[in-house]
Amino acid sequence: MSSREAILSAVKKNQPVESELPELNFPFTSVNLKDTFIRTLTAIGGRVMDVTSWNEIVDNIKATYSTTSQVVNTIQELSADFGSFQRPSNPHDLKEVTVAIMKGDFGVAENGAIWLTDEAMGNQVLPYICEHLVLVINAENIIPTLHEAYERIGNSTYTLGTFLAGPSKTADIEQSLVLGAHGPKSLLVFMITS
Amino acid sequence: MIKTGNTHSELADKFNRDKKRVEWHDETLWFVRVKRDKAALQIPVWEQLREAASQIKNNVLGNLHNYLVQFEKNAQANGIRIHWAADAKEHNEIVHAIIKKHAINHIIKSKSMLTEECGLNEYLENQGIEVIDTDLGERIVQLAHESPSHIVLPCIHWKKEEIGQLFHQHLGTPHGNADPQFLTAAARTHLREHFLKGRVAITGVNFAVAETGEFVVCTNEGNADLGVQLADVHIACMGIEKIIPQRKHLGVFLRLLARSATGQPITTYSSHFQKPRAGQEMHMVLVDNGRSKRLASDDFRNALKCIRCGACFNTCPVYRRSGGHSYHTAIAGPIGSILAPGFDLKKNSDLPFASTLCGSCTNVCPVKIDIHQQLFKWRQAVVKEGHVDLSKKVVLKFTGFVLSHPLIYKLSGTLGRWVLRNLPVITNTRLNTWYKQREMPPAPKQSFNSWYKQNKRV
Ligand code: SF4
Repeated sequence: MSSREAILSAVKKNQPVESELPELNFPFTSVNLKDTFIRTLTAIGGRVMDVTSWNEIVDNIKATYSTTSQVVNTIQELSADFGSFQRPSNPHDLKEVTVAIMKGDFGVAENGAIWLTDEAMGNQVLPYICEHLVLVINAENIIPTLHEAYERIGNSTYTLGTFLAGPSKTADIEQSLVLGAHGPKSLLVFMITS
Repeated sequence: MIKTGNTHSELADKFNRDKKRVEWHDETLWFVRVKRDKAALQIPVWEQLREAASQIKNNVLGNLHNYLVQFEKNAQANGIRIHWAADAKEHNEIVHAIIKKHAINHIIKSKSMLTEECGLNEYLENQGIEVIDTDLGERIVQLAHESPSHIVLPCIHWKKEEIGQLFHQHLGTPHGNADPQFLTAAARTHLREHFLKGRVAITGVNFAVAETGEFVVCTNEGNADLGVQLADVHIACMGIEKIIPQRKHLGVFLRLLARSATGQPITTYSSHFQKPRAGQEMHMVLVDNGRSKRLASDDFRNALKCIRCGACFNTCPVYRRSGGHSYHTAIAGPIGSILAPGFDLKKNSDLPFASTLCGSCTNVCPVKIDIHQQLFKWRQAVVKEGHVDLSKKVVLKFTGFVLSHPLIYKLSGTLGRWVLRNLPVITNTRLNTWYKQREMPPAPKQSFNSWYKQNKRV
């Protein structure tokens, strides 16, 4: 008997009587989703800017990062200023990227996380290998909790989907928080209302 | 019976020789527990979430066979290669075979308690493969040839000055520099090199969804993602109990996990891997290693609900004051103390006693495992199987005798008070471990029984 069969038959024999799955019904009571989102993401090391135009985003990016930065952009609306990303065949070619710019699908107020999938990433390594990450989300796309998030994701398919909440971090040395463990050292999020 | 010198209480004794360090360890972990409380209090539906998480996990245990089959089918349709391992040995062999096929002798690995349980690092190193742990805390203990002392905070027992010294030796950082920011930056540079040459990346798994055939890995450092996205081969290792039925159930678990673990609203990365990317090979090893056997036990099956958040460690007064290594198992703390006896009752017969049974673990557990009750039940199993040490045996036998003879019980009170007053020194024997680190109290003048008779009002 293969291990597969052995495991499955042992599980079948030993598992208890099946119980019901619970209903998932959790009311959320925050009055202002945008404020909650900004507060939460700021508290975990992200920076959030409320903007009303793409020009404003361009200006802010130029003001924030040095002109010698290697910038990679995957957003069409910003391609005039930051070019548009050509998918490299080898993810290793992205190891020198300083700033990566991409779109997030939506933000979650309660935990400050932004959902994005491989489609928006250009290359899947990009949001992790860059030194600074810039995400743009539509200010209308802030939802209360993860329950609404999964309703929204529904049964869509992706290669990689992720909730990204702040810059990479660690507190492994005596519980002191350090931003920039192995991934980006900073996260800047533009919430655009147009 | 375990070898003398290696029981939890003996190892804890060693840890307790450095009083200052014990206090520091205790406070650091309590600080994490307080952060957990603050985070939990911010969620008005916290208790409902715990209840829902517990019910989902109960449902999983009762239908595990079908969920596993469903997961396998969907994951395979997504292009993930599924392997089944009956035990630790088979798990290690499967992983090794994949690495060998690619003719590679260097791999990178993010945090996975399952691979600790299976002793994967040691196994691969014996086959001539270099394993680099990429989680900062795990890398620290790896450089020091130690194992993690906590499932979420692997090097919580290390002081920054010691880490500075370790990095000075291994990474060439300046002698005496113990600044966490500086040391983290040094580790980042050191590990970046390994990420860039890692062609096989191993990760653990937090949740696997039967409905969609995807799996979720949660980290703060981004080490799992960076490793996997640069590598040609991703191997994910998972215990069979990590399956959940539907994608929407992730909403419940991800709201609970990081808040219970460190008080964060969510980990920085919660990555959902549904398919291998173009040109990449994705494997998943499903491991039993005693889980299906435990499933049959009404008393102990609940431990399989664990989502490895570590909250029970941080709250446990015994863990905080004895340190993770005193548990002599891959998974320490309260949950380790109820898991380990299931693997080997004889070797781990001391662990169910490494607890005050205060129940704090049960109160913080996000999936409502009855940890302290299981500890108590394991104690009964240990005694029944005759694995208790002599002093415990004698004391228990004697107590049982006294308690079942009312007259002797009455006399024993009088005798006890007389001894404490007149011959306190005879309570300081090896049989009375309570006396260690403590003074015996002054004996009361009168028994509770006679006090009660005098003072009771109708
Ligand atoms: S037993 Fe509960 S509290 Fe302890 S690690 Fe597992 S889920 Fe967390």
